Amino acid sequence: MKELSLFTGCLIPNRYPGIEKATGLVLDRLGVKWSYLKEAACCPAPGIYRSFDKITWLTLASRNLALAEEKDTDILTICNGCFSSLMDSNNILKNDEGLRSEVNTHLQKIGKEYNGTIEVRHIIEFLHTDIGVQKLGDAVEKPLDIRAAVHYGCHLLKPTRERKLGSAECPVFFDELVEATGATSVPYEGKTSCCGAGGGVRSAMLETSFKMTEYKLDRMIKAGVDCIVDACPFCHLQYDAGQMKLKRNGKNYEIPVLHFSQLLGLALGFTTEEMGLHLNEIVNLKFEEKIAQIQKRLLLNNFQGKIVLKNKPRSGVEPD
Amino acid sequence: MKNPEILTCFQCGTCHASCPSGKYTSLNIRKIVRDSATKDVSDQPELWMCTTCYNCQERCPRGIKITDAVLTLRSEAVKKGKILPAHRKVCNFLIKTGQSIPLDDKHLEIRKTLGLRTDKAAWKKALKDVNVLLRSTGFGELIKR
Repeated sequence: MKELSLFTGCLIPNRYPGIEKATGLVLDRLGVKWSYLKEAACCPAPGIYRSFDKITWLTLASRNLALAEEKDTDILTICNGCFSSLMDSNNILKNDEGLRSEVNTHLQKIGKEYNGTIEVRHIIEFLHTDIGVQKLGDAVEKPLDIRAAVHYGCHLLKPTRERKLGSAECPVFFDELVEATGATSVPYEGKTSCCGAGGGVRSAMLETSFKMTEYKLDRMIKAGVDCIVDACPFCHLQYDAGQMKLKRNGKNYEIPVLHFSQLLGLALGFTTEEMGLHLNEIVNLKFEEKIAQIQKRLLLNNFQGKIVLKNKPRSGVEPD
Repeated sequence: MKNPEILTCFQCGTCHASCPSGKYTSLNIRKIVRDSATKDVSDQPELWMCTTCYNCQERCPRGIKITDAVLTLRSEAVKKGKILPAHRKVCNFLIKTGQSIPLDDKHLEIRKTLGLRTDKAAWKKALKDVNVLLRSTGFGELIKR
């Protein structure tokens, strides 16, 4: 396997830098070799650019892919949108000689070339496949006794024919990672349903997008969860900022939203502040206190144990 | 006929029943995709209510690439200048900054506090390249329509 270039995208560095910080810290702790894809630009965002003009979308994506090719590294994404744009473009360009040549005509003008020599990864499937649930569980120092609502996000799983990560109706791999931190992945109705942000809906129809978010939040609350765990900053923004918006409408959820990097960091012993939880709009002090207590209690008891992995993690999906 | 695959649809409605947006909006994915086989749907606002979640495409018993069809229909609408103001704004962010969500002063300060990279030379190079490419593909012209 090649080393990894971290592709941070737009939303994480520019709105939720805590996720970027958390990702770097957990990758280092796990001994993963990574470096930034320094001159990367927008992936570009699938919802708008793929809708607008396929060639522009492919060309901008191919520039990012070419940057990683120059370094001879694979790309590691921490956002479902970046994963979707870069992975889909990579697959399309690898298999379509005509498009590859068209894109290279544009790339030539900036002295670059796309050759199709690297792979695009997402941190969730990377951790599951290349690190493994058992090894991740072994690395955990502070098993988190909390109840989590796992949100995969649409583009991590779908289209399944391209993603090849198994079922989009009853996925389990992300739940397995979450349970490796000691947390319980709580089943809830509509678990695989969309957060409402994608496809340019959030940017053009904010109110409408929040109706879909409210649908999800209502069902998470009903299931009794301590936090939401996601794999994408766009879903993250939708749940975090969405709760603030719905608060003004009289709904007070107060569910803290964590990217998986942040949850994993807490289980590795980093503090809530080191993981940037205070940089969310929704800051739930009770949750932060609970995490601090868990981390302190284990320290007092001189915890030496390992996570006992459940034999068969539930998919946690109930009918939509 | 640009997408003859659509004609294999037997109107079962699984797509619409699976649509998270259709629960709350006037988007009827079954109807809009069927209509697109016989007429121009560029003017329909529903085209932009799809979150591209792919539920419909995944569940279609005929295996019709419904979400991909929506993306194609959207690009046809864009060619005719049917662009929502909010989307045009995002495109302009890309042209001005190389990013769809630009870094603001508040988050630049947070990045510094967290000890994260603030590599302005690299970002400048990215922006320069992006603009050469956008000119080359004609994207700037496209969004001015």
